[in-house]
Amino acid sequence: MITIKLFAAMAEEAGKETIEMTWQEGMTTEDVKRWLAEQYPSLASRIPAAMVAVNQEFAAFANPLQDGDEVAFIPPVSGG
Amino acid sequence: MKLFEIVEDTISVEQVMRKVIHPNCGAVNLFVGTVRELTKGKKTLYLEYAAYKEMAEKQLERIGREIQEKCPEARVAITHRIGRLDISDIAVTIAVATPHRADSYEYSRYAIERMKEIVPIWKKEHWEDGEEWIGDQKEITPYPTGKPEIGGKDA
Repeated sequence: MITIKLFAAMAEEAGKETIEMTWQEGMTTEDVKRWLAEQYPSLASRIPAAMVAVNQEFAAFANPLQDGDEVAFIPPVSGG
Repeated sequence: MKLFEIVEDTISVEQVMRKVIHPNCGAVNLFVGTVRELTKGKKTLYLEYAAYKEMAEKQLERIGREIQEKCPEARVAITHRIGRLDISDIAVTIAVATPHRADSYEYSRYAIERMKEIVPIWKKEHWEDGEEWIGDQKEITPYPTGKPEIGGKDA
């Protein structure tokens, strides 16, 4: 199982902050992005602008995943 | 004592400052970010901050490490508040102690600029006529806009 975390406008758009996705061998963050855009078309336009973090660390493009990973979409930040 | 914290209650600037005071340091620079009422003529009623808390605290720690790589004697503490904040409430306090004052100014500035790039915290503006999650640091373009520069080895 992959746990997807959404924040700010993405969480509001999806109507939830946490989404579970079935694990498949060999998955990468790109698979998660594609799946999320298919499941939640309203997020599709926001996904490319978001950074991806795996287990709370910013991840490289097409980062390989393991079962149980937490994949977070980090829209442009605005703290401070 | 937690040097890098996301909290839901009022921030005590004094408490954040006390975390960094040290005999080797002769300067403490404090940056205090408060909720502004007017942005480009538009009146804010209140702000709502949200964070990816666990990651945000790790990223704040990372900023502290980055500063210590540049200035090994620097001591850094950062507290950011989330939840609903009213006008003039303190949203963030950064304390940087260094042996000499010039570094304390420089790394205080570094910390807040870096925070606006790599720390997963978001603010939602609530105006009289609407609300919106703000998505970049310049407060000009509504989100989503480009990616923050993460720099370092994670880039």
